[in-house]
Amino acid sequence: MRQALEGSQAIARAVALCRPNVVSAYPITPQTHIVENIAKLVADGELKCEYVSVESEHSAASVALGAAAAGARAYTASASQGILLMCEVLYDIAGLRIPMVLTCANRAVSAPLSIWNDHQDSMAVRDAGWIQLFCADNQEAVDTTIQAFRITQDTDLPVMVCVDGFTLTHTLEPIDLPTQDQVDDFLPPFVFARALDPRKPLSIGTLATPEWFTEARHSHHGAVLAASDAIVAADRDWQQLSGRGCGGLLQVDGPEDARIGILCMGSVVGTLQDAREAMPALPSARIIRLRSFRPFPAQALREACSGLDQVVVLERALSPGATGIVGAEVRAALYGVANAPRVQNVAAGLGGRDMPLTLYAQLIELAQAAATTDFAILDVELDKLPAEDRYPEAAVAAVSGDRS
Amino acid sequence: MSATTEVSVSLAELRENQPRFQGFVGGHRACVGCGQALAARLVTESAGPDVAVANATGCLEVFSTAWPDSAWRVPWLHSLFENAGAIASGMEAAFKARGQSTKVLAFAGDGGTFDIGFQSLSGMIERNHNVLYVCYDNEAYMNTGVQRSSSTPHAASTTTSPAGRERLGKRHMKKDILQIVAAHHMPYAATASVAYPSDLRKKVRRAMEIEGSTFLLVHSPCPLGWRHDGAKSIEVARLAVTTGLVPIIELERGALTGSMPIREQRPVVDYLRAQGRFQHLFADSAEAREELEHIQALADYNIERYSLRGTGADARDTEGADTVSRGGVRWA
Repeated sequence: MRQALEGSQAIARAVALCRPNVVSAYPITPQTHIVENIAKLVADGELKCEYVSVESEHSAASVALGAAAAGARAYTASASQGILLMCEVLYDIAGLRIPMVLTCANRAVSAPLSIWNDHQDSMAVRDAGWIQLFCADNQEAVDTTIQAFRITQDTDLPVMVCVDGFTLTHTLEPIDLPTQDQVDDFLPPFVFARALDPRKPLSIGTLATPEWFTEARHSHHGAVLAASDAIVAADRDWQQLSGRGCGGLLQVDGPEDARIGILCMGSVVGTLQDAREAMPALPSARIIRLRSFRPFPAQALREACSGLDQVVVLERALSPGATGIVGAEVRAALYGVANAPRVQNVAAGLGGRDMPLTLYAQLIELAQAAATTDFAILDVELDKLPAEDRYPEAAVAAVSGDRS
Repeated sequence: MSATTEVSVSLAELRENQPRFQGFVGGHRACVGCGQALAARLVTESAGPDVAVANATGCLEVFSTAWPDSAWRVPWLHSLFENAGAIASGMEAAFKARGQSTKVLAFAGDGGTFDIGFQSLSGMIERNHNVLYVCYDNEAYMNTGVQRSSSTPHAASTTTSPAGRERLGKRHMKKDILQIVAAHHMPYAATASVAYPSDLRKKVRRAMEIEGSTFLLVHSPCPLGWRHDGAKSIEVARLAVTTGLVPIIELERGALTGSMPIREQRPVVDYLRAQGRFQHLFADSAEAREELEHIQALADYNIERYSLRGTGADARDTEGADTVSRGGVRWA
């Protein structure tokens, strides 16, 4: 049944439908409404679980780790500084192969302080060994949350569900919440084979000498790569059950004969699709939305780019002094591929900067430019900066030479 | 990574044999005379088999495991340095949610308790999770090679508070973690020493009976860091108690409810002289003499504060506790 729900409220209800045993919670904007809504569901008796209000995000992740290791379906949510404070725990959760789900309400990282949306937080922990799924809208946030609980127990890998802060978390949308029966059919009871149990005592988290560490990393890496299958399978099964799929690893949309592609992650996809429709005079681009950032769907990406002359990678974070993060990975995936498109890489929408429909025209223009843009940040208003801080050579107006 | 040990007997059988149950067994890599290894054995055998351990990073974690070996016969999880309190909270919440009676133990050293893990410990006890938190206090970061912690006693020389021409070891006081913990409306917080195993066992069992957060601070010599012969660990630990420097007390909801009386107080120099970390205090200088007087005053203050001076025979005093452990009421 479709109902108007705020993104955070819908995510909280989706979490509750998954019957978590332990939820750990620490407030941070723009994630707070999620844990508030879960707390209310617990207070009203609609969700039976241990709700642990911790004293930091470090402990939020640690409580979830301990709970999952002790056999509980565990959940927490955070954003921005919270994700960074959790960072070492996130690595530990993944390295120990602990299944759990975390919602990241994507937000910029300080300094300067910004409570608004970009993707720097989840990018900062991309190497932690988690599965990272980015959501296009709130319906997908609901569906992906439910799928995440299934994926995590199928893979013993933690899953981070990334939703754009404010843009999704604080926006009311018509949402089709599944029924409890649907979710119960989809999601079997939580069983963790390595759970801490006095009848079968395991030592988890032992020291690994150089003789073993490499093998541990290898098997973890292999497991994250192999998780692609579990992600695709969960999405397929959920589609059969609910009628809604989320695109598996990535979603491609646009004319088959398009020569220009735009690659993005998260909710900006809706803006780009609307703009493409609203601006019929411009070339109609193929829009590729990465849903799974980890595992990185290199093969699916190559297929999605086939036939394109140009790909503009639009991202919401950067690695200062290098390039964009997604852009670098897309270039690596396309390297050596015959007839690979040229990759232009820009960041936009940093720290909540608006991304209007005209963004589409900017990206098309960039795709058509002779000069290759290794990386630049869009919409920099140089005149706001003192002369010595302008670095015009790094702005999109003065890009590097034509390499074609 | 995880290692497994098959246990073929039932939990009920193990419980019946509880005094002899061993949760932490030989084969680990602790140094000769390690107080922490001894204390961990005493705590786990007293706590019994129906437990799960959250272990902070530190010596205990390192010497008890190295894949694929493990000295633990109870379920055991090591996560990180500063989150034992939070990991234990999560484990307890999971057992509670699943209707399981297993008691959670949290093990950490003084670095993981007084310093970097203090916040997660405070959170755990503020929320009153049903966890027995045991701090094995060897008074410095021993695992990284003897650096001062906020538990390091005043004037002790460590690699980051070395004694030299200008300094007489650590300049600051040892943090009074027991009182800080007790200030959280703690049902039960107590100190113990590996030199008094019967007392330690009793306190573990007392804590195990309490539904809620409990805290045990176990004074555990480190021959490497304190610089004494490994064969003298118990003697040194005993002197820490009989001088009054380490008061053995119990606090319930912040009130003093138990203490180990000292029948014959020993001068602090007996304790200090036995350890290399205090040798600079025996230099022929006014400053060194002043420090010795200062430390003696700290011991005297403890004795006054907790009324530790014992008179007459008391089975639980610093002399009697020893007798009891060799006598017939060993498991009392």
